Amino acid sequence: MNFSFRSLILLFFISLQLNAQQRSELKTMEFIPVGKYLPLYSGNNNFKTTAAFYIDRYPVTNQEFRQFVQENSEWGKLTVKGLFADKGYLKHWNDDNSFEDRLKDSPVVNVSWFAAQKYCECQGKRLPTTDEWERVAAAGLKSADGSKEKDFQQWILKVTSRPQQKPIPDIGSTKRNYYGVWDMHGLIWEWTYDFNSSLSSGESRGNAGSGSDLFCGGGGAQSGDVENYAAFLRYALRSSLKAGHVLQNLGFRCVSDVKKTSGVQ
Amino acid sequence: MFVVQYSKLIHMNKMFKSSFNALYFFTLLSLTVLMSCGGPQRKTESGKIGRTDNVTEIKGEEFAQLTDPPFVPPPITRNYATKVIVDLEIIELEMELADGVNYVFWTFGGTVPGSFIRIREGDYVEFHLKNHPDNKLPHNIDLHAVTGQGGGAEATYVAPGYEAIFNFTAINPGLFVYHCATAPVGMHIANGMYGLILVEPKGGMSKVDKEYYVMQGDFYTDGDYGESGLQPFNMNKAIKEQPDYVVFNGHVGALTGERSLKATAGETVRLFVGNGGPNLASSFHLIGEVFDNVYIEGGSSMNHDVQTTMIPAGGSTITEFKVEVPGKFILVDHSIFRAFNKGALGILEVDGEENKRIYSGKSEPGIYQPSAEAINLYKKKRGYPAITKEEMLIAGKTLYDVNCAACHLYDGKGVTAVFPPLAKSDYIHGKPEKAINAIVNGLAGEITVNGVKYNSVMPKQALTDSEVVSVLTYVYNTFDGVDVKITSEQVKKLRK
Repeated sequence: MNFSFRSLILLFFISLQLNAQQRSELKTMEFIPVGKYLPLYSGNNNFKTTAAFYIDRYPVTNQEFRQFVQENSEWGKLTVKGLFADKGYLKHWNDDNSFEDRLKDSPVVNVSWFAAQKYCECQGKRLPTTDEWERVAAAGLKSADGSKEKDFQQWILKVTSRPQQKPIPDIGSTKRNYYGVWDMHGLIWEWTYDFNSSLSSGESRGNAGSGSDLFCGGGGAQSGDVENYAAFLRYALRSSLKAGHVLQNLGFRCVSDVKKTSGVQ
Repeated sequence: MFVVQYSKLIHMNKMFKSSFNALYFFTLLSLTVLMSCGGPQRKTESGKIGRTDNVTEIKGEEFAQLTDPPFVPPPITRNYATKVIVDLEIIELEMELADGVNYVFWTFGGTVPGSFIRIREGDYVEFHLKNHPDNKLPHNIDLHAVTGQGGGAEATYVAPGYEAIFNFTAINPGLFVYHCATAPVGMHIANGMYGLILVEPKGGMSKVDKEYYVMQGDFYTDGDYGESGLQPFNMNKAIKEQPDYVVFNGHVGALTGERSLKATAGETVRLFVGNGGPNLASSFHLIGEVFDNVYIEGGSSMNHDVQTTMIPAGGSTITEFKVEVPGKFILVDHSIFRAFNKGALGILEVDGEENKRIYSGKSEPGIYQPSAEAINLYKKKRGYPAITKEEMLIAGKTLYDVNCAACHLYDGKGVTAVFPPLAKSDYIHGKPEKAINAIVNGLAGEITVNGVKYNSVMPKQALTDSEVVSVLTYVYNTFDGVDVKITSEQVKKLRK
């Protein structure tokens, strides 16, 4: 009792702190209300509900990530531990963690899942779950369900399947969706918290347990929307990753829960 | 048992050529048909099910030599199994699909189809699949020659900038398709991710003079056939199986002009042909040649004297033939609109000595003068003769446009030095009998019109007397502005 009372007070103070911190960050985040969406590997009408959360309006930029590296020197280009990032980590940076000025507002890439997760943690945030990320990505330009905006869908497929633009353009250079969130399609791939769950757990599928859903016929048999080729590409990409991987076109953005502030007040 | 059957087949073939002993032939034929119910014929193994006896001792190690289409690596001369290391790199890149039409291809080795791999039955392969770091997508490879989960797809699933390795023993001989099998599979294949791997039988293949690698594929673009610029993949057309392009070796004209396949008369040619799909089966045909041998579906069973052979999507064939005479032999998908309207056309250019006994070429050029019967049949389909000048002008215009305008053009001005003019022509102006003569009897040899020499052939036109009157009334009135009186009797008199 005593313990839980003290922790409640502690939590109260932390949440006050978070509240102040978050208020400034909310300017760069968008609110996603509680709602449901249809995950790709769920079968028909197997909708999934996600609680309300805030999501970064843009992917994290090189400039922002450098700030993090300066404050957390163990995540520098040369200082990172091999366990947490493969060779090629921050490959597009110089060895002293500087980079060409034109890259400052382009999204940071060549970062591992560990690095992305740590970055978000240091901001008082976390990586989005695949469900959260996909729910925001499922929005159209004018509505929460983008599947009916056919032109937008064809655009997504086009920008998703074309080769990576080099250098990667700045954030805010693609499209702003219904929630006010930018660059969900066509700029880079983004890490999610549970990026490989569509292979390793049965959570998001009817009869999972092996990787076969993503190969050959299995890719079509299990999905809720066989025409959503761009979603197939995203799921396929995530499933090919390991947490230490660094890719030239894989970055991230963060989310934060709404509960932290509202729950205690 | 099947060895016996195969040798009998050969025997039968010889018998058929040398003798007409029908009874013997049919006895053998029925025997063969009965026996062939037992299973496919195998040259390499005695028709047995299972190939584990191909897992034998491995001697030495070598790197596979990979080639870009239309070339294939040299034949295998080893008579033992070895360890073969295959290094295949995946590259996503923009290339031409047709002149002025670009497309983002996903490739095995930077080409469509991907690099040709040649190994021997029983070889132990160490396969390295490398996904280039500049690529955007994960990929993998499913080799139809592999016995095992996904044909290697699961073992080779690899993110950009990473490499996957797996091993397999090639226990079945044949010509096999390989392709990417990453979701969405159809899209990966539609973007060009396929190629061929040849597993030569233990005894090797017979020696030929030329070997080539050809692979068909269908492509789906936002724009219609020929629409220029960078064309994105169109998912809806792919699902409906309505390709804009059906091509050999990744682009329209990959095997034409300077890039034609080459051979010399008298040489033997072997084509390794695959079909990547993703959707269409191919009716593979070589215009002006008969395939002497066809390895049915790329397997061990051989057919002979074949005109068109079917290649399923995700399947292959090997065809062998001798080019006996020179010429341009055209490879097509004989589902023929694909050849002439969607690009499925290539050329095998054969030089060397002619053999008039096999093919004479055009012997004597001539003009076809239709028989009286044919002309009468033709006339029956026409309407009644025109009477008034107005009727003649209307009928004459229609007759002119149908019969004359193709050469003399709609304005009657012709084409200088090729087709003489009718308008303001000193050859027919004021000389209607010359015009009538040309129409009803035809005209050949040199003439001079308005000072220009013409030397070609005009066939006689299948027009009735009154139709000739109408068309000339139209010609003189419209082009020269003069009213020339011509009668049916006049026309009749000039007919030869």
